Amino acid sequence: MAVKDYIRERFFPHMWCAGCGHGIVLNGLIRAVEKLGIDKSAIVMVSGIGCSSRIAGYLDFHTLHTLHGRALAFATGVKLSKPELNVIVPMGDGDALAIGGNHFIHAARRNINITAIVMNNRIYGMTGGQCSPLSGYGTLASTAPYTNVDQSFDVVQLASAAGATFVARSTGFHVQQMTEIIQEAILHNGFSVVEVMSQCPTYFGRRNRQGDAVDMLKYMQKITTPIGSKAKEQNPELIERGVFVRKELPEYCSAYDTVIRRAKEGK
Amino acid sequence: MSNNIRFVQGNEACVEGALYAGLEFFAGYPITPSTEIAEQLSSRLPKIGGKFIQMEDEIASMCAIIGASLTGRKVMTATSGPGFSLKQEALGYAIMAEIPCVIVNVQRGGPSTGIPTHVHQGDVNQARWGTHGDHAIVALTASNHQDVFAMTVEAFNIAETYRTPVVLLFDEVVGHMRERLVLPEPGEIPIVERLRTSVKPGVNYHPYLPREDGRLPMSDFGGVHRYNVTGLYHDMWGFPSDEPKIINELLHHLMDKIEHRTNQLARFKEFYTEDAECLLISYGSSARSAREVVEKHRQRGERFGLLELLTLWPFPSDLIRQKAAGARLVVVVEMNMGQMCQSVRLAVDRPERVFLSNRVDGVFISPSDIEKTLHLIQGKGV
Amino acid sequence: MGKRKLKELQINREWCKGCGICAAFCAKKVLEMDELDKAVPVRTEDCVVCRLCEMRCPDLAIEIVAEEQIEEEDIG
Ligand SMILES: Cc1ncc(C[n+]2csc(CCOP(=O)(O)OP(=O)(O)O)c2C)c(N)n1
Ligand code: SF4
Ligand code: SF4
Ligand code: SF4
Repeated sequence: MAVKDYIRERFFPHMWCAGCGHGIVLNGLIRAVEKLGIDKSAIVMVSGIGCSSRIAGYLDFHTLHTLHGRALAFATGVKLSKPELNVIVPMGDGDALAIGGNHFIHAARRNINITAIVMNNRIYGMTGGQCSPLSGYGTLASTAPYTNVDQSFDVVQLASAAGATFVARSTGFHVQQMTEIIQEAILHNGFSVVEVMSQCPTYFGRRNRQGDAVDMLKYMQKITTPIGSKAKEQNPELIERGVFVRKELPEYCSAYDTVIRRAKEGK
Repeated sequence: MSNNIRFVQGNEACVEGALYAGLEFFAGYPITPSTEIAEQLSSRLPKIGGKFIQMEDEIASMCAIIGASLTGRKVMTATSGPGFSLKQEALGYAIMAEIPCVIVNVQRGGPSTGIPTHVHQGDVNQARWGTHGDHAIVALTASNHQDVFAMTVEAFNIAETYRTPVVLLFDEVVGHMRERLVLPEPGEIPIVERLRTSVKPGVNYHPYLPREDGRLPMSDFGGVHRYNVTGLYHDMWGFPSDEPKIINELLHHLMDKIEHRTNQLARFKEFYTEDAECLLISYGSSARSAREVVEKHRQRGERFGLLELLTLWPFPSDLIRQKAAGARLVVVVEMNMGQMCQSVRLAVDRPERVFLSNRVDGVFISPSDIEKTLHLIQGKGV
Repeated sequence: MGKRKLKELQINREWCKGCGICAAFCAKKVLEMDELDKAVPVRTEDCVVCRLCEMRCPDLAIEIVAEEQIEEEDIG
């Protein structure tokens, strides 16, 4: 099927700003699903609130646009209730890790077969550029006018420590890698987290003098490197891209099937 | 026969009612005095192939049942005061997105952590207005286990019929007290199943277009119809809209589908109301004491009556106005600072004859507490 | 397998928001921005069908249509 078969064309052009990285994630996600050839009716996309969360409305799946931060909680209900569905949860960084941080770590801990995509633009886009738990020390935001003194999370480390069994990172510049990683994440049987570094030229870019979308993508190219590369040894500041965790642990819904079996046998 | 008789807590009666109604998915978080509901369902649901999940908090529990409901299951969550506060945002979502679900709140004393193990009925108005924005809500209650069972079934039936969340507002005394429960036979109480669309694959399905009878047929997630669900104002396909006409119509639809059926949704019990000069109005465990008072006075030949409300919201104003029409005195018996009393005053003619008999110290209101109020009122020369 | 050849490079001008990403990163400088700030293909003959512009466009405004592989092999 063509890209257009996966979108709700009547809502295009979409609402995102020119050069918004969330559009690149949309693009990569469609190509991942297309390559996997998954039936559109077998996918439920659950999103929260934010610019990123609007992605759900543009895709021709079963789409559930929920509350700020709560997408994974809704998704857990969908998935446990009907495990045969593919559940994909795109989230903003604030959505996933500020207000939704608790749901994020618990979904990871349960290892429920959901694909979480953190569209990390290091800012609150929808509400106009406030700092997020991923903005980072020393950045500027509308609520950090004298520079941000909050330290940031490392999504990969957080997800890994919380128990996610597939953890990866890519960027809007590295679209081929991003698409391949999303594909693998969807196929992975367990909780998978994909952090995609996404640019918000409108707020993060402008405030932090990172230039336009093109400049921001160039910057992502510059500051990232494949996992375990030579470059990383020489420059520890570089952010690694690739698959960090890929492991097998009992998946929650299958584990619950065991509960059902035990309950029925009376044990 | 004896097989159908149980000696249980009110919370267990609620569990039995939910299973009878077809509950298949429960998500919850432990909190006194509702925890037994979660505990029991963790054991009962998997036995019938249903799902139980203990979520990370009450917000998540509320969200999870909404998600599960969309896949076509009958769903419930249970909590108490603080947890009910946490659920409010998602409860509003269920109202806006028209998701059938049942939320049990076994009330305890508030505000805040309040008094977990003691009785209060302070969440009556929260059940009505807890979530932000204009909206309508259905809230049911009961004073004894047979009614807890029946109202729980009713809650599921109303939720499925009108695509709406329904709140079951019990209290600590009812929740924890042990009493006889006769389990009805299957089929004895009618069960409303989810109305699913008959629209064929490939044909345009409108998840938010009411039929002529006002009902909105659903389509399960995973089925042939792919649509959008959102907490934003939305069109009949479920897509966000900021068109004034759509906003106006949707809000009116959400209000009207409940408020226009107030009389139809009013469940109540009455004892000697026809000729009552002194009408007691009560609900939940307080109604047990109110009933005792009424019986005692009737034995003495005094014209006392009791109107016991099972539907708290939408508030049955017409019913109350009618039943109170001939009474010289109306006494609202409840365990809060007069939440229901206020609504009763607004509903009746001559509100100056409406008095409150309450207790708010965590101690169950007894018949003698009510008698004391009656003396005081009499002393006032009413 | 022969080298892939471009058949058509379509830009949906209604959807293009003029971010310039496609033009900036095309290694073959096939695309440019016009005076209306929309992307336009100017050197299609240089296109190597890497599809990166198509994949990086945040607005799904680019469609790359390649010559059928079979035809290519016939030619080759
Ligand atoms: C409970 C609640 N709190 C706050 C908001 C306001 N709000 C909407 S989106 C958002 C943050 C968006 O940032 P992020 O999640 O990083 O996504 P982005 O817009 O950057 O894609 C906030 C604070 C809300 N909708 N609900
Ligand atoms: S504000 Fe930022 S995140 Fe939101 S659409 Fe614009 S560029 Fe994207
Ligand atoms: S990347 Fe897409 S939106 Fe940006 S200029 Fe090119 S065609 Fe237009
Ligand atoms: S396919 Fe590759 S070479 Fe061709 S225009 Fe796009 S980026 Fe340039």
